[in-house]
Amino acid sequence: MSAKPRMPDECGVPDPMPLMHPVLKKNFGQWKYHDRPRPGVLHHVADGGDEIWTVKAGTQRQMDIYSIRTLCDIADEHAGGHVRFTVRSNIEFMVNSFDKVQPLIDRLGEEGYPVGGTGNSISMISHTQGWLHCDIPATDASGVVKSLMDELYEDFINEEMPNRVKITTSCCQINCGGQGDIAINIQHTKPPKINHDLVANVCERPSVIARCPVAAIRPALVNGKPSLEVDEKKCMCCGACYPPCPPMQINDPEHSKIAIWVGGKHSSTRSKPAFHKLVIANLPNNPPHWPEVAEVVKNILKTYKENAQAWERMGEWIDRIGWPRFFDLTGLPFTKYHIEDWHGSRSSLNASSHLHF
Amino acid sequence: MNKKMPDTPFLDQLEGGPWPSFVTGLKRLAEDEGKPYAGMMKDLLGQLERSYETRKGYWKGGVVGVRGYGGGVIPRFSEIAEDYPESSEFHTLRIMPPAGMHYDTKTLRKLCDIWEKHGSGLIALHGQSGDIMFQGCTSEKVQEAFDELNEFGFDMGGAGPSLRTAMSCVGAARCEHSCYNEQKAHRFIINSMLDELHRPAMPYKFKFKFSGCANDCVNAIQRCDFAIIGTWRDDIQVDQKEVKKFVKDRGRKEVNDQVVNMCPTRALSLNDDDTLDIDNGSCVRCMHCINVMTKALAPGKERGATVLVGGKRSLKIGDLMGTVIVPFMRLETDEDYEKLRQLGEDCIEFFAENALEHERTGEMIERIGLVNFLEGLGIDVEPNMVNSPRTSNYVRIDGDGWDAEVEKWNRGRKSA
Repeated sequence: MSAKPRMPDECGVPDPMPLMHPVLKKNFGQWKYHDRPRPGVLHHVADGGDEIWTVKAGTQRQMDIYSIRTLCDIADEHAGGHVRFTVRSNIEFMVNSFDKVQPLIDRLGEEGYPVGGTGNSISMISHTQGWLHCDIPATDASGVVKSLMDELYEDFINEEMPNRVKITTSCCQINCGGQGDIAINIQHTKPPKINHDLVANVCERPSVIARCPVAAIRPALVNGKPSLEVDEKKCMCCGACYPPCPPMQINDPEHSKIAIWVGGKHSSTRSKPAFHKLVIANLPNNPPHWPEVAEVVKNILKTYKENAQAWERMGEWIDRIGWPRFFDLTGLPFTKYHIEDWHGSRSSLNASSHLHF
Repeated sequence: MNKKMPDTPFLDQLEGGPWPSFVTGLKRLAEDEGKPYAGMMKDLLGQLERSYETRKGYWKGGVVGVRGYGGGVIPRFSEIAEDYPESSEFHTLRIMPPAGMHYDTKTLRKLCDIWEKHGSGLIALHGQSGDIMFQGCTSEKVQEAFDELNEFGFDMGGAGPSLRTAMSCVGAARCEHSCYNEQKAHRFIINSMLDELHRPAMPYKFKFKFSGCANDCVNAIQRCDFAIIGTWRDDIQVDQKEVKKFVKDRGRKEVNDQVVNMCPTRALSLNDDDTLDIDNGSCVRCMHCINVMTKALAPGKERGATVLVGGKRSLKIGDLMGTVIVPFMRLETDEDYEKLRQLGEDCIEFFAENALEHERTGEMIERIGLVNFLEGLGIDVEPNMVNSPRTSNYVRIDGDGWDAEVEKWNRGRKSA
């Protein structure tokens, strides 16, 4: 008789305490204040006087084991063998004296890891899976991020922006990358092309119909087979039908374009959290460097850097100067596509005589 | 003879530049001759290069799992397997990291060793879901890879219509702004509901996120169904000596421009003697002044969290931020944490019973109305839940109902 198969040990989320840097563990919940001695470095002081310096470095997120082992070597040599990761895939090394900061930064530099991403810098772009691993991507993610971070490198390693800048990318309109000061998202522009031969076998038709936000999908009999049809006048090309039904092919190498949105913010700091807003669409999906996207992003960042006041996030800056001035300063066009027509759209209209000239 | 490296003229262009290159990492694995994954990674590079050429993705889902669990593996089968046979199965294992994403190098090295043995050698730290993503495993090896990770103390994350892997900020471990023990709440809640996480049986996904203050470093308010965001109920702690020092260093103009005038509720005023006047009744705990004057100001002493429910991105009804259902919960004793956990569990239970298929919590609330949701959970309404009372007069208010509500409000005021 064969051995009983192994069942999982349902151990859940691991306890970070045994893995944590000893100074963090000792002063858990007892921190007093922090400052930033230089870009990429945080200095925290505990109530009892203990100090810790954190050196933050950017990574490629999608890492081979050799890169991770190199980062481990650096942590062993310089940072007592402890690290942590931020939600934007930056790695943090903690050291207990300021003397240890520069040698650590030098070592990271030798291995090609940029130190930065703190305070009013542009942090690592949060990204999704893209062509490397997603089943519904219209573009890549890691490649877009790599080529953009190459361009934005100086603003990662310095703290010269008005406030922190969070950029996100997403490879479909589900927008796994989330809200951002700048969000770079694919925008489909044509309704799905349906492979009617496959629908009946691959898709659960009622649930596909239920997914459509504008009720544009109907059951249909095509060439004698049960399939689906799309009311192309109603369809706004979101691609929601594609994940549950891959024969509803929404990705289009030519017509899936890139749109850029600005002013999103998760924090409740100063202003309430805000969704990002469309500023430009119809940019080509142009690997491996997406130069048209990079140009627009750099232009928006330059305009923000030159015009915003200290601590204003992208959206807060635009709230102050007004959208007419934003489009004026960036030279981007304002079109009928910028005017909201989804539920609740009236709240985005200007119901006042407040005007910007 | 070793399998030939594919030509990758597009990807090669992503190896230059100052930012670390994922392509260089992929190539390192592909050229790691003698390792079980070298051939797989050559084919993976080939398929990725093809995507760059054609601007199309070539992965499809399927069904792959591990014994005893219903989710956590993201199956990927290549649609062009005939051209890239060795990477035709390239599944991801979502594994939950330690709360707050702390590691020692011994642990990271062991995770690498396990993935070197059973997988592709490619690991994402971390995915948007908050998981360690072990990317690139054949169907055959998924079970043995998981078994070894699991024996090492790591467990599968969530996928599909289930409770999902959560995230917590660095919080109390290294941040003076922390208003509760984020990691404790994270582990206490998720680890009490692992059945919901490992065996998808809900209408759709349900996510928790834990941020220690309004800076919301894990983006809880929009990126999860149940956001726990730290706050305090008493007054901001002020060290007026440090305030004076800050004013002296930076000048009054900077303090007025960057602190006082940026307060969203005009709760700050710089006194003639360079101390700071705070109207705590008007303060909304936004963190701005505390972020700027880290030595002089700190959150109050009566700390806890706000609970906001219903955040999500577009599909299907449009973007939603989480909205307040509990303005303040003290989080000090174990009983306080149990109350929070119970609220999360009640919320999931209500969601499981009342949401339509593929409907998120925020969408369900939009459909049934916040009041019905609150009544289902036994939570009394209060004005911190709204930006303003209703402006539409299309409401039927019957006399008895109104009187009962007034009585409830008065009772609540008395007991508070």
